[in-house]
Amino acid sequence: MVKEIAHSLREYKRVSVATPVLVTFEVLLECLIPYVIALLVNEIQDGCGLDVILTYGAILVAMAAASLVFGVSSGITCASASSGLAKNLRKDMFYKIQSYSFQNIDKFNVSSLITRMTTDVTNVQTAYMLLIRLVVRSPLMLIFSFIMAFVMGGSLAWVFVAVVPILGIGLAVIVIKTVPLFHRAFRKYDKLNNSIQENVKAAREVKSYVREDYEQNKFGAASHDLRKDFQKAERILAFNQPIMQFCLYVVMCAVLSFGSYLVIDSMGLNLNVGELSSILTYGFMMLNSLMMLSMAFTMIAMAGESGKRIVEVLTEESTLKNPAEPVFDIADGSIDFEDVSFKYSENAERQALSGINLHIASGETIGIIGGTGSSKSTLVQLISRLYDVSEGCVKVGGVDVRQYDMDALRNGVAMVLQKNVLFSGTIAENLRWGNKDATDDEIREAAHLACADEFIERFPDKYDTYIEQGGANVSGGQKQRLCIARALLKKPKILILDDSTSAVDTHTDAKIRKAMREYIPETTKLIIAQRTASVEDADRIIVMDGGSINDIGTHEELLKRNAIYREVYTSQNKEGHDLED
Amino acid sequence: MKTEKRNKGVLIRLFKTVYSFYPVLLPVAIACISVTAVVGAVPAIFMQRVIGGISAAFDNQTPWAEAGPAILNDVYILIALYVTSIVTGTVFGQLMTIITQGTLEKLRDKMFNGMQKLPVKFFDTTGHGDIMSYYTNDIDTLRQLISQSAPQILVSGITVLSVLVIMLYYCLWLTLVVLTGTAVMLVVTKKIGGGSARYFVKQQQAIGEEEGYIEEMLTGQKVIKTFCHEREAEQGFDEVNGKLYEASRRANRYANMLAPALFNIGNVLYVILAVVGGVFLIPRLNVPNVSISGMAISISVVVPFLNMAKQFTGNINQVSQQVNSVVMGVAGTRRVFELVDRPPEVDDGYVTLVRAREEKGRIVECEERTGVWAWKHPHHADGSVTYTKLCGDVRMFDVDFEYEEGKPVLRGISLYAKPGQKVAFVGATGAGKTTITNLLNRFYDIADGKIRYDGININKIKKADLRRSLGMVLQDTNLFTGTVMENIRYGKLDASDEECIAAAKLAGADDFITRLPDGYNTFITGNGANLSQGQRQLLSIARAAVADPPVMILDEATSSIDTRTEAIVQRGMDALMKGRTVFVIAHRLSTVKNSDVIIVLDHGRIIERGTHEQLLEQKGQYYQLYTGAFELE
Repeated sequence: MVKEIAHSLREYKRVSVATPVLVTFEVLLECLIPYVIALLVNEIQDGCGLDVILTYGAILVAMAAASLVFGVSSGITCASASSGLAKNLRKDMFYKIQSYSFQNIDKFNVSSLITRMTTDVTNVQTAYMLLIRLVVRSPLMLIFSFIMAFVMGGSLAWVFVAVVPILGIGLAVIVIKTVPLFHRAFRKYDKLNNSIQENVKAAREVKSYVREDYEQNKFGAASHDLRKDFQKAERILAFNQPIMQFCLYVVMCAVLSFGSYLVIDSMGLNLNVGELSSILTYGFMMLNSLMMLSMAFTMIAMAGESGKRIVEVLTEESTLKNPAEPVFDIADGSIDFEDVSFKYSENAERQALSGINLHIASGETIGIIGGTGSSKSTLVQLISRLYDVSEGCVKVGGVDVRQYDMDALRNGVAMVLQKNVLFSGTIAENLRWGNKDATDDEIREAAHLACADEFIERFPDKYDTYIEQGGANVSGGQKQRLCIARALLKKPKILILDDSTSAVDTHTDAKIRKAMREYIPETTKLIIAQRTASVEDADRIIVMDGGSINDIGTHEELLKRNAIYREVYTSQNKEGHDLED
Repeated sequence: MKTEKRNKGVLIRLFKTVYSFYPVLLPVAIACISVTAVVGAVPAIFMQRVIGGISAAFDNQTPWAEAGPAILNDVYILIALYVTSIVTGTVFGQLMTIITQGTLEKLRDKMFNGMQKLPVKFFDTTGHGDIMSYYTNDIDTLRQLISQSAPQILVSGITVLSVLVIMLYYCLWLTLVVLTGTAVMLVVTKKIGGGSARYFVKQQQAIGEEEGYIEEMLTGQKVIKTFCHEREAEQGFDEVNGKLYEASRRANRYANMLAPALFNIGNVLYVILAVVGGVFLIPRLNVPNVSISGMAISISVVVPFLNMAKQFTGNINQVSQQVNSVVMGVAGTRRVFELVDRPPEVDDGYVTLVRAREEKGRIVECEERTGVWAWKHPHHADGSVTYTKLCGDVRMFDVDFEYEEGKPVLRGISLYAKPGQKVAFVGATGAGKTTITNLLNRFYDIADGKIRYDGININKIKKADLRRSLGMVLQDTNLFTGTVMENIRYGKLDASDEECIAAAKLAGADDFITRLPDGYNTFITGNGANLSQGQRQLLSIARAAVADPPVMILDEATSSIDTRTEAIVQRGMDALMKGRTVFVIAHRLSTVKNSDVIIVLDHGRIIERGTHEQLLEQKGQYYQLYTGAFELE
């Protein structure tokens, strides 16, 4: 995990290294200052003159200034390094997600990816900041103070050696005990938040089923459960302070009693008053740094969970790979399915598609009809290699889709998805997704073919009309027509419309189909529809049922021989009372 | 000034709230921490006495045997103080985690329980991310405030005060030097801390912006893939990401600078003190001391004073570090209270829904399930109670409604639905179809006009009972984390497995459920992410079917189900709702064709009404829609 995250440091390696170096100097000075102070105190005690005090004062001020410089600059480099790491982590995740296949995308849901890119990255950023500053600072402080204590107090400093293990063990036990507890508690926290989110989204359901009390009880129980875990962990963590105080006080008392004996007994030879007080100062510094260290460890360990979630995204490998020697040119718009079967995941029991054999000539118009869950969308998604077949092969222009360069294939096969999305930006910007170099004339032509020009021209800003996120300010039918225009701009060899005109009125629907027949006759067109009216005039119609092809034929043929097709047709075209017969 | 006052108000209220949760524990905890703080400051005196004793013994060449007992005596007092401090400190630590976590739980519950009672309007007008933020970010800042900042400030405050008193005990002049230094530290804190707070706010904004971008792009990720638009998406991302980096770097830079700055001001102050002390010590100057103790300035005043100055500035530093978290904590606390304070949905209804049985033509209330329901209507005037059988007769008279003032959504709507009728609403998006159903179950209240349910003004009916009598199936299905069975049972909590399965069969959902890996025990997460929209709708219909309500509202309930399956669902629903009232809203006209009455809405008005055949004959709007000449937008 550390390796993957460290990989994202890149240009911030230098500041990352500079920070601990600067911190080292800062700590060095921080430890020397009490030493100089001790000397000064001794001088004062010996009744020195003001000139000596001023000399020491000048040295101390210079040291404080240097320490300030190092402290501030380490703060600056640390801020750069940690913010930089966070930036690169977010960037790497986003770029990685861009390389995901549909299968990868299905695996993560959007809200979980957002949490990983925001909250989790922030946690890692905080932990990293602690790591390069505090985790360097505390042990250094510990070592320097220890050395200084020895220099100053000699054998008296052994007192510290005696308590440090007690403290170390105590703090280690706390960290070991609390980390798994926090781990569990945070998972429960996630679940609780998830259930709040569900409750908020389903507010109408909760109210119309009058389930307020039920929801309150459910939430109360989960909330209480969460509190118990957090409380347990934090109660253990709260022993940090007393343990450290205990050690500090033991040292203080030991140093004081034993130290005063030494001072008086040796008449200041083995230890003088100034040294005694500076040992106390160093003792305090040592213990303080240990305490910080244990806090930092707890926080870093907690951030480990976030780190894992980030690495999951970074190490997820796209299930689709570009071939070593890709084919860039698509000969024509012919499509062949040969013994194709497909499962969404390897352990899925159900075959989404099985035994598909299908040959579509270039320029044909094919309609596809079938019930919910009959795998119509799955079938067409194999053509532009949004998923790879489990068995058999799909060919476009006579070449297996797995041999094409993926971008080349997807530019040749335009797909208007069922769950379609427009992005915030002007209409023209949205349409240019199909071809970013399209001229204004080309855009107008595509809009005209998709019957979108009529309403675009009615907007005051026409093609510069701003589309809100998700296309919230245009109606469903308008959105679908814009999406079709966007796909047409690609000038594809194959055009796939996956239930793309469901919200368009039948009249406009027919007009769009007519335009496509006349203006792009050489393009192979696949139209998935709920309405038989949308596919009636297709060259051939495929009837899908339960993941396999039930029948293929023209409208008239199917009406005569295919029960499913007839039933769909009847349900949409006959009068209500006829149905009841 | 105003905000400062408001901030104080919030903090006082938070304190009162915590106190009301823990009227015993909180004072005990505060007592403990105060003792810890005071005891933590006092040892300075004894330490000084020990050192003074050593110095004296050292100067007078007193042997250890003589000087020892007096020195050790002070050490024993020290030990006693320390033991007290550790005990009170430990008790405080334990109590504080209980108080913190307990307060958080109680506030969470308060927020959630309060939220359940809020009107639908709240959920419609508040962003869901914003609501979640109450339970995550705001509660988090509160935790920080209660468990860390507040105790830290309390301890440091008490310590600072005690040390101040002790300093005055020794020497006023040196104390003034320390106070001057403290003033400088506070100014620096305000400058640097202010800068840091400003950029932290910017950072929050940048995170919000980046979240919005990621959400938009990832929601459309499949479109990005099909258009090979990955590079462009990445470029856009780099831009927002760069902004966030800048804000975050600056915010943290300021925050990181504060501690070394204050620490070294402390050091310089120390030096100044030493110099000033040194000047005072020069015998020929003979500076008169002003102090509580009346001691003259001597080495045994200056040396301990230096240590106390260190403790003093150290504590000021500690308090300064809390600036950010206090500012954020106050903002979070204010938001939490704002949610808790929201007025709940008003319910003045007194007519209740009861189980009933018919005896000799009279309605009698009873305990057992009879399939018959009645409205229990107490009359205030004479204290009598009348029972009206629940039939599902709904009438609206001249109903007007607007969500926002000045923007009427419904105008002069009058309609009736007789028991057992199927009434359909047809019209463009925004014509007011869903609004009518929102008024029926009183998610919103009408502005003008009357709605009668079985002859009773719906404002008199208790909201819970009114809603219990109306089944709702919405276009956007919301499922809960849990098994398929549990999700169906949501409609009727005491339904047996058999009842749930029967409902699923009726809704045409049994077929696909049995094909799921674990059948009815299949676990649903993420609002049924692994189910298709159509399957989710089938589950939602099954959920309504098990509730078995007398009146049902189907709002685009079958929009994602293919027409063949829909026909099956329809047959099941027709069987279930035989003799009961159904309101249907549908985009697809084949869904509404067999309704008893179809109401065509346009811009909040009823423009046509009649049966399918009558409307076709009229050759009006409905005819145009049906023949496909019009787009339903």
